[in-house]
Amino acid sequence: MDFLTALMTIGLNHFLVLGLVIFGIGIMGVFLRRNALITLMSIELMLNAGNLTLLSFARAQHDMRGQALAFLVIAVAAAEAAIGLAIVVGLFRNRKSTDLDELNLLRF
Amino acid sequence: MTQNYPLYLIALLPFLGAALNLLFGRRLGNGIVSLIACGAVAGAALVATKAVWILGHDLPTKGMLVDQFFEKDWITAGDLHVAAGLMLDRLSAVMVLIVTWIALLIHIYATGYMEHEPDYARFFGYLNLFTGSMLILVLGDSLPVTFVGWEGVGLCSYLLIGFWYQEDKNATAGRKAFIVNRVGDFGFLLGICLLWTLLGTVKYAEMGSLLNELRRPFWMGWPAGYWVAVFLFIGCMGKSAQIPLYVWLPDAMAGPTPVSALIHAATMVTAGVYVVARTHGIFDITPSAAQMLVSGIGAITALMAATIGIVQRDFKKVLAYSTVSQLGFMFVGVGSGAYVAGIMHLMTHAFFKAGLFLGAGSVMHAMGGEGDITKMGGLGKHMPITRWTFFVYCLAIAGIFPFAGFFSKDAILAGAFASKFVMADTANPTQQMLINLYPKFLWGTLTLAAFCTAFYMWRLYFMVFTGTFRGTHEQEHHLHESPPEMTLPLVVLAVGAVLSGLIGVPAVMSHGLPESVQHFTGFFEHWLVPAIVPASPEPHGHALEWGLMAGATIISIAGIGLAASLYRGGISKAAENVKNSLQPVYALLWNKYFVDELYDLVLVRPLKMLARVLWRVADAVIVDGGLTKVGPALVGWFGTRTRRLQNGDVQRYLIAVVLGAAAVLFLSTFWLPYRGVQGSITKEGRRVNLVLGEGKVPNNRLVYRIDWDGDGKFDEENVRHAEKGFFHDYQNAGTFRIVVEAHDPDWHVGKSSADWILGARKPLSVTVE
Repeated sequence: MDFLTALMTIGLNHFLVLGLVIFGIGIMGVFLRRNALITLMSIELMLNAGNLTLLSFARAQHDMRGQALAFLVIAVAAAEAAIGLAIVVGLFRNRKSTDLDELNLLRF
Repeated sequence: MTQNYPLYLIALLPFLGAALNLLFGRRLGNGIVSLIACGAVAGAALVATKAVWILGHDLPTKGMLVDQFFEKDWITAGDLHVAAGLMLDRLSAVMVLIVTWIALLIHIYATGYMEHEPDYARFFGYLNLFTGSMLILVLGDSLPVTFVGWEGVGLCSYLLIGFWYQEDKNATAGRKAFIVNRVGDFGFLLGICLLWTLLGTVKYAEMGSLLNELRRPFWMGWPAGYWVAVFLFIGCMGKSAQIPLYVWLPDAMAGPTPVSALIHAATMVTAGVYVVARTHGIFDITPSAAQMLVSGIGAITALMAATIGIVQRDFKKVLAYSTVSQLGFMFVGVGSGAYVAGIMHLMTHAFFKAGLFLGAGSVMHAMGGEGDITKMGGLGKHMPITRWTFFVYCLAIAGIFPFAGFFSKDAILAGAFASKFVMADTANPTQQMLINLYPKFLWGTLTLAAFCTAFYMWRLYFMVFTGTFRGTHEQEHHLHESPPEMTLPLVVLAVGAVLSGLIGVPAVMSHGLPESVQHFTGFFEHWLVPAIVPASPEPHGHALEWGLMAGATIISIAGIGLAASLYRGGISKAAENVKNSLQPVYALLWNKYFVDELYDLVLVRPLKMLARVLWRVADAVIVDGGLTKVGPALVGWFGTRTRRLQNGDVQRYLIAVVLGAAAVLFLSTFWLPYRGVQGSITKEGRRVNLVLGEGKVPNNRLVYRIDWDGDGKFDEENVRHAEKGFFHDYQNAGTFRIVVEAHDPDWHVGKSSADWILGARKPLSVTVE
């Protein structure tokens, strides 16, 4: 099977698995990393995994609603990135660190 | 018969005044506060007068003005619907005129009396609130509306007795009044409820036609009406200070003097008399046990309070006991069927007793707050207006012709003397004789009380206004006549105390006078009888009636004479001698028959003891020591074990969220078909029954495909699980593998029993012979 033939057999499931893998990478990044910037990036990954899934289904089911929803998610992601980065910058100015574990003023 | 009229204005104006003065009074300044307070009451008085004028001129004698706010949905609970409204008939007309005009005079007086009071606005706010409540009381068209006013005046009484609450004594007196009244109010409320259950109405206008219902025996052999009357009268005992609930009124003198005059002499305390007259149909029912109770209690109260009044030294205390005593007179009037006399005495008493209190206030104003009459004396020459008006009031209350008190008190005495009480026929001769003697007992008691009244009032007068001054030099230097805003009401009330009796002259006296004069002198009786209340009993024969009048006058003059001989020109040696020779009697009276001490011993202390036990045991031990410790301990125990869940690490929270979401998804999508392919197999010959899901899966939710012989082709497709499951009849013997696929159409997920992960727990196979 040459590359192009293989490409032809790529179906919905492949895209869904890719989305799952990206989402898994993202969620693991949020779970495990302590750096605020990395965490933000991981969140972006998760959002994009969602986008990928939406687009896959939209394509597979010939339904444009999935694509429309993907635009909404992109807009939300942009807003989230802007606010999140602003928070990280403000955080760094104050604490000279972006380690999330050090942000424990509100803990008991 | 009835006509609509905005009666609400009469009560609303004082309420508005109260709202303005209580909310903004502090910022308005005393001038505006007095203007609002007096203006509101004056407005109410004018509207009331107009209404009474319409009532008297345009309507027949039984007519009334009405103002219905709620047809029937004032109070709604289940099938109980209570209407509410105001009504003005000839009886409430008397009360409304008394309340508004006397309140106006006392408001004006108070602007002078209270001028140095820092809490001026609060005082007038309360006073207006009282006036409004009292008007609701007398204008109410049914017992519940009256009860609203009843409670309102009780509250204002409490607030005003304790007006100078900074002194513990005053606050205590206020509380005492409130609590004692509460006992009475409870009885009153029971009476209303009982009447409701018996008649289905508590409206005065509707009650009259239903009274036969009240004749049925109800409890302990007495008719229902008797119990209603008793409960209502318990309320009246509290509000109108009758034995055994009179103890609050003497203490209520702790309030400012205008309050004593308005609330505790002229208006509020007469509410009980008004209610008895208002509901006279209930009290009239034979056998007349209720009437005997009312008149008996009234007579005993009249005498007891009058005897206490003889020895009191505090100016206002004398007047307080005098009020209790006079209220007893009124109750004898309404209790022995002489309603006109009772209401008339209520009116004349409002004039002269309000005047007496205002006179007392004037004297105490001059004395710098001193109320002890043994420290006064010879004030007459310093304050002539107060002295001479007081002189008139004293003549009126003592019952000297032609002052107002003479006519009203005489009417009560005559009514009591001539009254007839009807009891059950089963009374034996002794009982019958006692019942026949009862009117004479009432008359005798009242006559004795009237003697004491004349004596203590004139003792008061002589000790205060004649002789030489017994107070300090400084006080004497200070003596002055009161300002005009105080003396004007005194004069107006004095005129009332002289003239108000002339509209109720007994028929026997006006006999032979011209028609027009007779019309005037019998006005009060024609106003009320027979439309509103039944006619009073009258003594047989003119000679007897003249004789009773002469007797009453002689008794009064004797009282005045005795007072003059002992106290004219100061406390005489003779008075001291009498006091010393009757030391035990004096001690008994001085200590008010030890009634307060008795109540303290029998009621107050046991209750306090109970309260102490509840506090020390129930509260301190069980609640504070037990319950309040158990709760926090439980919460603390639980908290220390669950606090780890909230460690503030957002990442851990997130893990929990994701795992939880995954678990929910897994359970809802994969678990259901997984349970759906678990099956049990039973055989009947070659028929094999297969039950899937085993009651763990909702019936008919899953769609199955079944391969009965394991050949890879499904024998049944798209079947749902029926009650008893699936069955298959095998053609041949052998061992067969069964494969089941369950599909959940809601979630689009499926599961095969042959799956490697989460397949059937036991391989589904069957051997048939």
